Amino acid sequence: MRGVVVTGLGLASSQGEGRAAHAALLGGAPPVLDEARLAPFPIHPLPALPLDAAIPRREFRQMEAWQRLGVYGAGLAIADAGATPRVAEMDLVVAAGGGERDTALDTQILAARPGQVERHRMLMDGLRPTLFLAQLSNLLAGSISIVHGVARSSRTLMGEEIAGAEALRVAAQRIAAGRSALALTGGALSSDRPELLLLYGLGGQLARAPWRPLPARRGLALGAGAAFLVLEPEGAARPLARLAQVLTDQGAPEGRRARLAALLERTGAGPEAMLLSTASGAPEATQDELAVLPRAPDLFAADLLGHLVEAAFPMGVALGALAIAEGRARQVLVTGCGQWRGEAVALLEAP
Amino acid sequence: MRIAVTGMGLVTALGWGVEASWAAIRAGRSGVRPIARFDTTGLRTRIAACVDLPEDLPGRPVSVAARTRRLGEAAIAEALAQAGHAGPFPGPLAIGLPPVEIEWHQRLDLGAADYPGMISAAEGRRDLYEELLFGATAAHLAERFGTRGVPQAVTTACASGASAIQLAIEAIRAGEAECAIAAGAEASLMPETLIRFSLLQALSTRNDPPEAASRPFTLSRDGFVMGDGAGALVLETEERARARGAAILGYVLGAGEAADTFHRTRSSPDGMAIVRAMERAIADAGLSPGEIGYINAHGTSTPENDKMESLACRLLFGERPPPISSTKSMIGHTLSAAGAIEAAVCLLALRDQVLPPTINQDDPDPEIGMDTVPVARPHAFRAALSNSFGFGGQNVCVVLGAA
Repeated sequence: MRGVVVTGLGLASSQGEGRAAHAALLGGAPPVLDEARLAPFPIHPLPALPLDAAIPRREFRQMEAWQRLGVYGAGLAIADAGATPRVAEMDLVVAAGGGERDTALDTQILAARPGQVERHRMLMDGLRPTLFLAQLSNLLAGSISIVHGVARSSRTLMGEEIAGAEALRVAAQRIAAGRSALALTGGALSSDRPELLLLYGLGGQLARAPWRPLPARRGLALGAGAAFLVLEPEGAARPLARLAQVLTDQGAPEGRRARLAALLERTGAGPEAMLLSTASGAPEATQDELAVLPRAPDLFAADLLGHLVEAAFPMGVALGALAIAEGRARQVLVTGCGQWRGEAVALLEAP
Repeated sequence: MRIAVTGMGLVTALGWGVEASWAAIRAGRSGVRPIARFDTTGLRTRIAACVDLPEDLPGRPVSVAARTRRLGEAAIAEALAQAGHAGPFPGPLAIGLPPVEIEWHQRLDLGAADYPGMISAAEGRRDLYEELLFGATAAHLAERFGTRGVPQAVTTACASGASAIQLAIEAIRAGEAECAIAAGAEASLMPETLIRFSLLQALSTRNDPPEAASRPFTLSRDGFVMGDGAGALVLETEERARARGAAILGYVLGAGEAADTFHRTRSSPDGMAIVRAMERAIADAGLSPGEIGYINAHGTSTPENDKMESLACRLLFGERPPPISSTKSMIGHTLSAAGAIEAAVCLLALRDQVLPPTINQDDPDPEIGMDTVPVARPHAFRAALSNSFGFGGQNVCVVLGAA
């Protein structure tokens, strides 16, 4: 097995875009919040980004915010790694939920409460054909292939937070095993998503205003952003950090603490490692994570950027890689528990 | 290291279980029928290859998530029983699954007139939360069968089942486990999904008679027919299978993939992404194209797919391509499950040394230029190629070998 290094980062969030904007957050920073738009649920809003300049118009029109953000973030990562000439040989592993619904049409149907046949007619007449493609989970990866030419392989994993960690693990494992020489992995989330508030609200997982930082906050506050990492075998030029370990596990919630503790034990992280938690704020999972960590985390990514769900763990690892590249730490331990299922840890080291 | 298949499970519109489905496929029977689980009045497409459940009530069908879980559970249980595995399974689960979301009858049940009202009414509906999360179905199946680690719920659209096989064999080859379950489960047939595919003009509108609608490789093909179904394979190293005395049903010899950068719903006009995926799978299996004795086509019955797939096959296999058939002509397009179901079909074909047919070949498209096996027939062969292509430029191929 060969070593794996991070050679590029593609970061966008409510705090801005790129390495410098996010490196500035590593000592802690106040969040950018919008408590009105989806009140009473606070969100971290999407910043103004030159998405339409970066994505060809024909493609731009076939996507909604989630895919646009992801395509944008993936492009930043490819450029940051200097990998543009090698995209045809790049392997892609994306973690994704679904894209935006037509909430205006949904609201018309909710208000009219029509019978089956009339409801189907409203959907047939009202749905934009291309919205299906903007919503399909694997079409973020598909759009990245089309816009950026990433062509060796393309896979998408579903499963909320743990999918982001598992995507990273699969991408890193393929490099370690010699089956891939260049990989792009990550995800994206838009926070202006009433459908997602509905989904996570079913589980009682949402924080209400006023926003408070972790660990005092009970519930998650959605963030907007993209986090993509370019991974290569050790020996690549200009490594930002060495991705020494990515470990994941999953099972019934009763075993969450024991499973996370076992993963932490396996990393072999030193006591001086910087602790970076991707805890969402979802009450049970966050409590379990904090109970198992050897001490309070140095940083909660969700306090800076909001909770990025599928992109949360990739964002945590990206921030950890930045901390190493900036000389803030020699070793960073990134942890996370999915809001419902899944545990993950990653260990980053100075290259 | 060869990866053996020691258990298979299938649920298709032709039956619950491997032998029921396979007997009907060999006989060339169609599982396509009028949709009964919701009112199709006014819809352009009113047929599908349905797997209905006793719990389907008029206007209140079992949800996509719940049906997917039921079908997946049945296929995996059948595969594990055949493999002689009881108790927790000592390897991971990789499964192709559709994205799911709350459905209209569930939304309307919340009794609200807008999103803020629904979100407020939703609070505490833990039952729906644990049904509808994107990771829920895979997690429930993983916990049901005691698989190890994070269940990989993979979506590469219509190639998902093949991607699951690929993820599983990679885990075994990398030494993460000696065995794995690779599966796919699909039940996206609900009104909104049917309408969305319809709006993309992807579906056949030949509603009458239903059994003639899925007609891959014909001049009059006009779109795919949605299908419910699930397929599962128990995979393990040949050494482990032999050491525990398990019957080896066949082998997954290799897999390959290539992303197409051309268009969201169309293949690159030169067919090269499909060629690359097939080439990589055959090379991964350590074979040459001449050693492939049968191709189970993606063969969706859309004008575009069948044209591009046969073009790519002729490019790779040359003047004398192997016979190709599309079992989607009988079981419909099972989308996220297709790659897993059709890999099992290839293994059964290899076991019985028989080619499953493409039915409805009464007006063959001369442009296809391949033997599409209008009727099942005996055939001597050692390796088969299963093709799966999906929206978003996803191309994944798997090579199966005889025991």
